[in-house]
Amino acid sequence: MAVGISIPRVDAYDKASGRTKYTDDMCDKSAYIAKIVHSTITHGRVISIDTSEAEKIPGVVKIITCFDVPKIYFPTAGHPWSTDPGHQDVSDRLLLQEHVRFYGDDIAAVVAENEVAANQAVRAIKVEYEEYPFVLDVQEAMKDDAPQLHENYPNNILKHTKNDKGNYDEAIKEPGLIKVEGWYDTPTVQHCHIENFICYSYMEQDRIVIVSSTQIPHIVRRVVGQALGLPWGKVRVIKPYIGGGFGNKQDVLYEPLCAYLSTQVGGHLVKYDCSREETFITNRVRHAIRYHLVSWLRPDGTLVARKSEAFSNQGAYASHGHSIVAKGSGALGQMYPCDNLQIDSYTVFTNRPVGGAMRGYGMPQSIFAYESHTEDICKALGFDPIQFRRDHLTPVGFVDGFSHNEMYFDTYNQCIDKGIEVVDYYRKHKEYENQTGDVRRGIGMAAFWYNTAVYPISLEHSSCRMVLNQDGSIQLQVGETEIGQGADTAYAQMASETLGIDYKDVHVVSCQDTDITPFGTGAYASRQTYVVGFAVRQTAEILKGKILDYAHELTRMPVFLMDIKDGNIIRTTDGRVLLSLAELATEALYSTTHSVHITAESTYQTKSNAYSLGCCFAEVEVDIPACRVKILDLVNVHDCGKLINPALARAQVHGGMSMGIGYALSECELFDSKTGKTLNNNLLDYKLSTSMDHPELKVEFIENPEPTSAYGTKALGEPPAIPVAPAIRNAVLQATGVAINEAPLRPQTLFENFKKAGLYEEV
Amino acid sequence: MAQYKVVKCKINGKDVEQIVDVRASLTDMLRNDFRLTSVKKGCEVGECGACNVLIDGEAFNSCIYLAVWADGKEIRTLEGLLGPNGELSDIQQAFVDETAIQCGFCTPGFIMTAVEILETGKEYTDDELRKLLSGHLCRCTGYENILRAVKKTMYKRLGKTLE
Amino acid sequence: MYDMKALYEATGIENATELLLAHPEAQVIAGGSDVLVQMREGKRAGKELVSIYGLDELRGVSLLEDGTIKIGSLTSFSHITRDPIIQKYINVLGEAVDQIGGPQIRNIGTIGGNTCNGVTSADSASTLHAWDAVVEIHGPEGYRKMPIKDFYISAGKVDLRPGEIQTSIQIPKESYEGYKGHYIKYSMRNAMDIATMGCSVNVKLSEDKKVIEDCRIAYGVAGPVPMRVPSAEALVKGKAYTPELIDEFSKNVLTDIRPRNSWRASLEFREHIAVVMAKRALMESIRRSGGVL
Repeated sequence: MAVGISIPRVDAYDKASGRTKYTDDMCDKSAYIAKIVHSTITHGRVISIDTSEAEKIPGVVKIITCFDVPKIYFPTAGHPWSTDPGHQDVSDRLLLQEHVRFYGDDIAAVVAENEVAANQAVRAIKVEYEEYPFVLDVQEAMKDDAPQLHENYPNNILKHTKNDKGNYDEAIKEPGLIKVEGWYDTPTVQHCHIENFICYSYMEQDRIVIVSSTQIPHIVRRVVGQALGLPWGKVRVIKPYIGGGFGNKQDVLYEPLCAYLSTQVGGHLVKYDCSREETFITNRVRHAIRYHLVSWLRPDGTLVARKSEAFSNQGAYASHGHSIVAKGSGALGQMYPCDNLQIDSYTVFTNRPVGGAMRGYGMPQSIFAYESHTEDICKALGFDPIQFRRDHLTPVGFVDGFSHNEMYFDTYNQCIDKGIEVVDYYRKHKEYENQTGDVRRGIGMAAFWYNTAVYPISLEHSSCRMVLNQDGSIQLQVGETEIGQGADTAYAQMASETLGIDYKDVHVVSCQDTDITPFGTGAYASRQTYVVGFAVRQTAEILKGKILDYAHELTRMPVFLMDIKDGNIIRTTDGRVLLSLAELATEALYSTTHSVHITAESTYQTKSNAYSLGCCFAEVEVDIPACRVKILDLVNVHDCGKLINPALARAQVHGGMSMGIGYALSECELFDSKTGKTLNNNLLDYKLSTSMDHPELKVEFIENPEPTSAYGTKALGEPPAIPVAPAIRNAVLQATGVAINEAPLRPQTLFENFKKAGLYEEV
Repeated sequence: MAQYKVVKCKINGKDVEQIVDVRASLTDMLRNDFRLTSVKKGCEVGECGACNVLIDGEAFNSCIYLAVWADGKEIRTLEGLLGPNGELSDIQQAFVDETAIQCGFCTPGFIMTAVEILETGKEYTDDELRKLLSGHLCRCTGYENILRAVKKTMYKRLGKTLE
Repeated sequence: MYDMKALYEATGIENATELLLAHPEAQVIAGGSDVLVQMREGKRAGKELVSIYGLDELRGVSLLEDGTIKIGSLTSFSHITRDPIIQKYINVLGEAVDQIGGPQIRNIGTIGGNTCNGVTSADSASTLHAWDAVVEIHGPEGYRKMPIKDFYISAGKVDLRPGEIQTSIQIPKESYEGYKGHYIKYSMRNAMDIATMGCSVNVKLSEDKKVIEDCRIAYGVAGPVPMRVPSAEALVKGKAYTPELIDEFSKNVLTDIRPRNSWRASLEFREHIAVVMAKRALMESIRRSGGVL
């Protein structure tokens, strides 16, 4: 009824009219303003903090330093909690830090009556440090003599895992094998949602209330409880509309500190509004990961054995930790099945901003490595890059033993066929061979792999509540948040589909409030349509059952001969409308003989997962003397199952491709090797791409309905960002013959690589 | 000592007078004094465009515009585009129809720049439109549907149709 | 809310001078796109400001009787680009300032602010240097003028004495008549960026369009302040242009320019693009002048 149709977003009118309220729009003007004092060293210990001058500034209410806060260590990752201590996130954070581990670490906080006073106080606070040596590079940090960031993590290794299969060392002894080896580096990038992180907090009775721009309100409740040593029920978290998250807000950022500050000023309203400059440093970033790949092939192209070593730069604190590189490394054997694999993944602390979740969760890094490496193999051995992929990518029928994911369809070939057609791949690939001159063109592609949600690594479930109104409309509530991706609209369409009512009669309660909203862990892992789909469908079936039971009382027709269609109770045998749902709902509430409030609520625990796959094709023009890449054509092809809302799906892919363009060509955080400071923590120096840096973004879908899914759908939120950078890198390789193994391919990097390759001698 | 000034200006068609702290930005004044919360804060240094409003018909980042400078000016925000019964203007409707809105945080700023573009009454190429819209950052849409919404409205106003 | 000690709004040019003399510590604010950003950063926090934003007499472009193009210092970039006088006589300046930031910045940013903050990356500055612009200043002693190259003293410092404000930028007729030019901004993205380097070239060709009668080239971000490149200019003056001459010209810029090595771009990279930009800007200037390459 409503699934598969491009209805407008349920929040479109409000957002187009300016009516939508985001966190700051709802905060009362009486709020005290909190500002944070950040360390101006990269590694060391705070010896003393002199707040005397700051306290004299009119309007300053309270100053809290790292010496004042409770010594309760807490985790921050937006993962479902585990009751098994072995699977719990690492607790290595304090509200404020005495032991400073990166430039900009939080060491004190000011609460003031206004912003100007708060800023003046921050500047007036004097800090004395004991400085330690620091380390920024991931492999340097693993050395025996490297500075140690945390106790109990020798060589700064947060975690090391292996995913071996067969026997690599034996397999490579086979005579006649060809070895292809490469190192691939990806940058530290930031989410850059346009609304910075913001929250405010106050006390109500003996509880703490936090309104936060978060993807994960129920997790924030748990972590604030943990950090402040409060029973979790004493914490109430409210999540309004948010201006994007992309994974940064899948971490508990400053809600615990803000809540604590409120408790220190008598429960007064305290607001913490993170600046853009702070966002780049003290929120989360995408892990820079360095991959070392070695492939051993027979001359016919058979992949005999492969080795992968991944070094993930965690930065100063554990946050999401090892799960990110683990996801990326785990994909290799599924994307390119091979009998002999030696896979090592390391997550390593360094004195850099903290790595956390970001759209793609480890996959943009690993796919940049895998798909660049695949292209390098094809170039070295003279294989057609498309045919090589067709020969090696996950075949139909492949089953992953761990996730039980199954390759039900010939998705990769279908997506590749579509991409070839859209960009006219073979004609252009031939045309661009053997070019000379200053400006050259190239075409390239990359496939990608993703799986949906977090089963079986973590808990996967969703709870849904539906409440029937007098007019036959319903409220729908889930804990999985609207963060711009269009989840609320998809939920309305799904509920409409199952209940037989108009999607406009499904009022999705967009705001989550942990006091009211059913428990749900939030928006992440591209899980919403898949995981919430089960809960919506199951709850809708329950609600429908209750409605039809009541219809039986009113109509004397058996339940099995009735259905709901277009908001009416119909008799299925002849299609006759027996009564409207509105009539039924009104009667049910006000009946003097049998009054009942018809509601349904249920939890569905998901114990399945689904591959979400596809590819990207890129055509580029490289101006070699000017060290610039211009994207001429770009298409992403996705199989995310059945589309709930094609227009919204397309728009999601646009956004992911845009993020991929930045990852490919311009975005990276830069660090001063002498001081450890982040150099470009603003939107001028951090080169987020603008409308002038984009070509037309083309999107294609292959809709194979996912058999395990409630509505045939699976992951789409994150995957679009994954394949773009390697596709562009491979196109640049075709254009110039230069394999650039370091993203982004920004002008400085292009210059160094072209120079090394001797391109400036020939042109 | 705090310094204040009376600012007389027109906001969304209405003459207003407001005593403002001279330290206030126009963003501060519009958000705090007039509760025009479509004016968003994204960077506060003129790099993202979220706080964009029209001043005498031209687009300005209100975060780096002193509130006192608004004296005598005509200011328009997204709220001012709505019809008397809450009707969306053509450009707002185009943002809805073309799926140009996701998180919605950059939307008000983009739409106000689009108003400036459309009010020139000129026809622009795609490349020109990209340049005219380039003062706004968006992380959700890749600018694709935003460009399309502006282009569609431009053609419509010129009596032409897209496609 | 900005951390500002006090704001004084000038009511006229004379009043601006009086206010600046009365408040010697005060900073002049024109459009605010630089000053307010610095104030927020904390660099100018707690300072007094003298706002000249309201001085409409400093806005607009006019053609003086002697053919001089006069650009009021508060004229915004977008107004310069759209101005018919600019478009007719010195379109390259309109093109240069049309590459600053994004549209909203071009609506608030002024050519006076762009030059008075003394930064080498200002997109207007290299073109103004390349066209021998003259800066007009008003102060306690009335008006004075100086060539723009003398206006820049060192990074971030220009020749403005106590009580002075810049009132206009002027391009004398002999500086633009018969010249055509081209500006290239090299930046890391296509909008909302500062120049990694800027290069502005203009030429005057002989009547037969074969000989470069005059050539001027200036750079931004090739040294602490915007600069001309006299050696390269001298090399081509009076010569018929050939591919070899153009190559020689572009390589020769390295004798005069002094780019920095920084995290934004390495010295070697900057030198490389300086050469590429010189070549391309010269070629385009020749083409625009009617030359055939």
